[in-house]
Amino acid sequence: MGMRVLVEYEKCCGAGQCVMVAPKVFDQRDDGIVVLLDETPPPDQYKAVQEAVTVCPGAALRLEESA
Amino acid sequence: MSSESSDQVLDYPLRAPTALEPPAEWDRLRQGCPVAHVRLPSGDKAVLLTRYNDVRQVLSDPRFSRNLAQDGAARITTNEGGSVFENPEAASLAGGESHQRWRRLINRAFTVKRIQALQTKIEAMANHLVDEMVKKGPPADLVSDFAFPLPVWVIADLLGIAVTDRDKLAYWSNAMLTMTQFTQEEVNRAQMEFAQFLMGHIAAKRANPGEDLLSELITATDKEDVLTERELMMTAQGILVAGHETTSNMIGKMMSMLLSDRSRWERLLENPSLIRTAVEESLRFDANMGFGLPRFISEDTEVAGQPLPRGTTVICSMSSANRDESFFEGASEMKLDRTPNAHITFGAGAHSCLGQALARTELQTTLQVLLKRLPTLDLAVKPEELPRREGLLVGGIEKVLVRW
Ligand code: HEM
Ligand code: SF4
Repeated sequence: MGMRVLVEYEKCCGAGQCVMVAPKVFDQRDDGIVVLLDETPPPDQYKAVQEAVTVCPGAALRLEESA
Repeated sequence: MSSESSDQVLDYPLRAPTALEPPAEWDRLRQGCPVAHVRLPSGDKAVLLTRYNDVRQVLSDPRFSRNLAQDGAARITTNEGGSVFENPEAASLAGGESHQRWRRLINRAFTVKRIQALQTKIEAMANHLVDEMVKKGPPADLVSDFAFPLPVWVIADLLGIAVTDRDKLAYWSNAMLTMTQFTQEEVNRAQMEFAQFLMGHIAAKRANPGEDLLSELITATDKEDVLTERELMMTAQGILVAGHETTSNMIGKMMSMLLSDRSRWERLLENPSLIRTAVEESLRFDANMGFGLPRFISEDTEVAGQPLPRGTTVICSMSSANRDESFFEGASEMKLDRTPNAHITFGAGAHSCLGQALARTELQTTLQVLLKRLPTLDLAVKPEELPRREGLLVGGIEKVLVRW
């Protein structure tokens, strides 16, 4: 069982909170829109990713369990 | 909500007992009257939202804009000029597709990568300001000596304005925003001088582009998206209005919150790795955020199970939402290591603060530099005597006297 990160790009407002909280998993394009670096991040990133999901001002991020 | 409380109309803004404490009504409103009727200083009626989920829902709804220059919207004051929210000029950037296009362009200067590259410069500016404070010796006013200049110096740098001109920028910004200390004539003159300066500055950047945001916007001619001269002016003005006073006030409030209970400051001295979460918690815990964000409800909707008819003006209280016990555990306590911390001090959704990565970096750098340079820092006045900034829209503290 792992975790998969889902992004709804049209909701992203480009404020970069996810990049500040979990830089190994998220980056930004030049115009600020999120870039997913690792769709299925390793367990040591779960806490940071969870935090990014919670604080994202656009509610653009979700986590789901992957097989 | 009982019909009794729905009939009761509160005068808005609500009064708080001191600069750092919340108004007594928040708890009661969140619990019993989440959709409250209020009367604005203009006499017009509006609806006040105080719960986390409700505030977040309305702020994230792309249909509703902050532009109150619309038929039927409440006026905040009866001033002839109106407030920043009623400025029709700003309307084109307030919502919809043109807003999104503008935001994507400007965002280039505000990505985390770009802001991190600015960090060493911000640190140098902060150190310079502390040098000056130390030269003069204690006591110092942390607002005028540090919190006021730092964000405007950063904005000057962002806009490619020379170091020799940045104090002029600070003066104009002050005159345009804190109207009470200046005569109308001084305010008008500041507005005119600033507009003239900007026009010249934009022309100079056109002729001789540099590394700054304005140059980047000007030279982005290979793309379809080019900002007009007017849009460039409004962008520069908008960044100054949105990014100076807000950040200055927040530095003053953050330092006051951390020093008013000095065990907080001591905890940071012992463990500077808490700086990031302490900044977030200061943003959440700030009870003195001013007016809140207005939204004009342009289509019938529903909040907290109650209908909000089209034509309603809503005031979203982020500070009250940030203290909602049903969302934040121990909401009335300041916990420097709170994680995650989904406060909505920067708004939510498509309009949420564009400069938030920059604001966070300025606040974090402020703490880093002050903890290191002035570890013995302490308030030189009692917390309950911190003078509030008098003004309608922005909250803040006028003067934060400190010694070290
Ligand atoms: C602690 C400091 C700050 C606070 C509390 C703050 C708060 C906010 C809030 C609540 C909004 C949303 C307005 C709305 O939804 O109607 C906003 C928007 C904005 N902020 Fe900030 N801000 C801060 C610092 C900055 C800085 C440093 C800059 C840039 C230099 C900046 C630039 C902007 C801009 C351009 C917008 C408009 C975004 C849009 O309409 O899409 N802010 N800010
Ligand atoms: S935090 Fe959310 S809105 Fe901000 S850049 Fe990341 S995905 Fe986009």
